[in-house]
Amino acid sequence: MKLSEIISLTNARLVAGKNVESNDVTKAFSSDLMSDVLTLDEEHILLITGLANVQLIRTAEMADIEVVLLSRNKRASQEMIDLANEVGLVLLETPYSIFRASGILYSNGLPPVY
Amino acid sequence: MKMEFDIASGDFKKAGRASSQIKKVLKQLQVDPKIIKRIVVAIYEAEVNIVAHSFGGKLTAHINGNSIEVTLTDNGPGIKDIEQAMQEGFSTASKEVRDMGFGAGMGLPNIRKNTDELNVTSEWGVGTTVWFRNQF
Repeated sequence: MKLSEIISLTNARLVAGKNVESNDVTKAFSSDLMSDVLTLDEEHILLITGLANVQLIRTAEMADIEVVLLSRNKRASQEMIDLANEVGLVLLETPYSIFRASGILYSNGLPPVY
Repeated sequence: MKMEFDIASGDFKKAGRASSQIKKVLKQLQVDPKIIKRIVVAIYEAEVNIVAHSFGGKLTAHINGNSIEVTLTDNGPGIKDIEQAMQEGFSTASKEVRDMGFGAGMGLPNIRKNTDELNVTSEWGVGTTVWFRNQF
């Protein structure tokens, strides 16, 4: 799924990241548990989460996740935005809950990791 | 090539700096991205363990030819029962650590999954050493 489609479907705001058009995702995973995210073998996935801290960005960096969607108006701190830009991560904010964002993206054809 | 990092207890904001630096070096060496991911996930998990559970420690990485050896030593308190700690789901993490998305008892099992060779030794009251090696 194209990033522009994710942004439009979830009414999201882009807060970090460049090369938006080259960051298509093939699957999505929703979790607040970074320990779980670190066990994923997939690449080019979207992570939908309610956890907004620096560890989220580091976890995404190590797990080769390229796009993160922060749900329910969780705001990325400046430190998160700076680190996301440094490691080349696209960071989005949506007003929708994890459940709603996941449901919309799933029903529009974005498959789950599991 | 040898790289060394100090890891402070409780400093979650800095957790991941060592893994990030090592990832950059492995990318420059054009190591297969799938292998880089295995290595840096293992290092990051181990870094977070030192930050979350120990009084602080040190990470040393040696990159030689086609392998990386990583040694993490901490200054205690040590692991009482390593076999138990290696079991998925076993955790002694604080609420603070869990609130940050960690502490689910998945760290050491995930390090084992992502490493070719792993050795964990610990003495209660002294400290823990985690050593692992990956080929690339």
